[in-house]
Amino acid sequence: MSSRIPLLTVAVSFFLLAGVLVWIATQERGRPSPEPRATAQASDAPGTSDERPAGSAPDEPASTTSAGPTADDGSQPFTPPPRDALPDDEFGAMVRKGEQVFTNTQEHAGQFVGNDLQCANCHLDAGRLADSAPLWAAWGEYPAFRGKNKHVNDFAERIQGCFRYSMNGTPPPRGHDVLLALQAYSYWLASGAPVGESLPGRGYPELDEPEQSPSYARGQDVFESHCALCHGDDGQGQRAADGEIAFPPLWGLRSYNWGAGMHRVNTAAAFIKANMPLGATTLSDQQAWDVARFINSHERPQDPRFTGSVEETAERFHGQYSTYGQTVDGRRLGANAPPAGTAPASPSP
Amino acid sequence: MHGFTHWLLTAAMIATGSAAAAQPSGQTIANEGLGSDAAPCTSCHGADGGGNPAAGFPRLAGIGAPYLADQLDAFASGARDNAVMKPIAQALSDDQRRAVAEYYSGLPVPEQDSTDTDDIPAAGVELAEHGRWSDGLPACVQCHGPAGVGVGERFPPLAGQSATYIENQLRAWRNGKRPGGPMGLMAGVAAKLEEADLAPVARYFAAQSPTTDEADDHE
Repeated sequence: MSSRIPLLTVAVSFFLLAGVLVWIATQERGRPSPEPRATAQASDAPGTSDERPAGSAPDEPASTTSAGPTADDGSQPFTPPPRDALPDDEFGAMVRKGEQVFTNTQEHAGQFVGNDLQCANCHLDAGRLADSAPLWAAWGEYPAFRGKNKHVNDFAERIQGCFRYSMNGTPPPRGHDVLLALQAYSYWLASGAPVGESLPGRGYPELDEPEQSPSYARGQDVFESHCALCHGDDGQGQRAADGEIAFPPLWGLRSYNWGAGMHRVNTAAAFIKANMPLGATTLSDQQAWDVARFINSHERPQDPRFTGSVEETAERFHGQYSTYGQTVDGRRLGANAPPAGTAPASPSP
Repeated sequence: MHGFTHWLLTAAMIATGSAAAAQPSGQTIANEGLGSDAAPCTSCHGADGGGNPAAGFPRLAGIGAPYLADQLDAFASGARDNAVMKPIAQALSDDQRRAVAEYYSGLPVPEQDSTDTDDIPAAGVELAEHGRWSDGLPACVQCHGPAGVGVGERFPPLAGQSATYIENQLRAWRNGKRPGGPMGLMAGVAAKLEEADLAPVARYFAAQSPTTDEADDHE
């Protein structure tokens, strides 16, 4: 008798639970897929903000986004919504804040930045431009496992990584407005983009291995003829007449640190080939490799993962495309690096 | 000892005397011209170098010396096609062009009555501040600084510059009547512009204040 009541309870609970699960499943099936709606109206985005389809079939949204083929030939990159499509509500205000942080990072997120760079320096057209690591392509690729920190990162942690390395700063903590605003901006730019797919135009187009091994000397020639006009003979960038940073420094104390993706010669070469000189992208693949090699053969802030030894840090964190730890002009890169992260310190992820 | 002092004085007098004779200062050229060969710059560009916006004569005050010198060279060679400026630039020696460029570069930017920014066409704002990346066209302000205040000596200020002048120059680049500038950047930009883009973007920059409060604030 005493054992019959618990058994009954278990049985009833089981049926109740099963019922709930069946109900949830029907609800899910009945709900229209968010993608076709989102492609039609960018201003729908706020209403669908929590409806990211976790398990949606990737082929379905791709076939509805545009008339021609997209994924196969890569000729039609996704188009983010126009600036004036931003809704005039609280969500729109957060997106706008994200755009401001992105394009004027010093002014709107200065406490997290330890150099003179803006997000938009490496993500042109305020994160909209295909082949310039556009935000609309990045948004749908997270959560993802990253070899860099060997665990699954959500989008927020990915942005924190940008602050830690590329911005040589201190990442905004989870829940901070700056992080939220950047997520809102990315999410909005991706309105209607398929999720969980590698979109044409994502990242920087990878270059083939160069015919000749990248050369510092040839890179210096390229730099002087094609880069110095804007970035200065000393690579330290230029400020506008009102004091704002106009052209970013490419090395030294106020540039990205030895842990940033851009310090790798292949990444920098891919960015440069696709995007530099600004609006006049004329460099050959070889020139891009050479000048990337030259730029990344200068000292810059230390890798935040520095173990105390350049050799050990190079061994643990730096691969074949890194110049960290190599000797250039008799000086070992990384050995004279100023400390990483001049922004106020806080616990990093 | 006496002989040496005499020699030194004579040498000094010859040196200063010959320098003065050969080299009218940039300021002199600007205000007085070179006799009948070159009219004073001020007659068109204003006593303070502020230009004459309505007539389309540009402001020269506070603009980078290397840029100004390049323009005089281009007027003289004819690469920059301008019937008024060509004989004037040709009348100036190489050194005189540099002297007058230095002079104007050092002049303070004249205060300008705040212009009406309300009637700037939206197309002008969009192009100036965001560019048109679908055509590979960066925002103007990316090289010319926020609101076109100028960057360094090679990216001249556009803020407060004559709208007529800006529009004419963009058209000149489109028509190959002006050298493309360093790395041919402006020729490349102008090739991506449509005729309908010119007036709105010129209007945008003409309406911006040429003087900046923060100019001396940065480190």
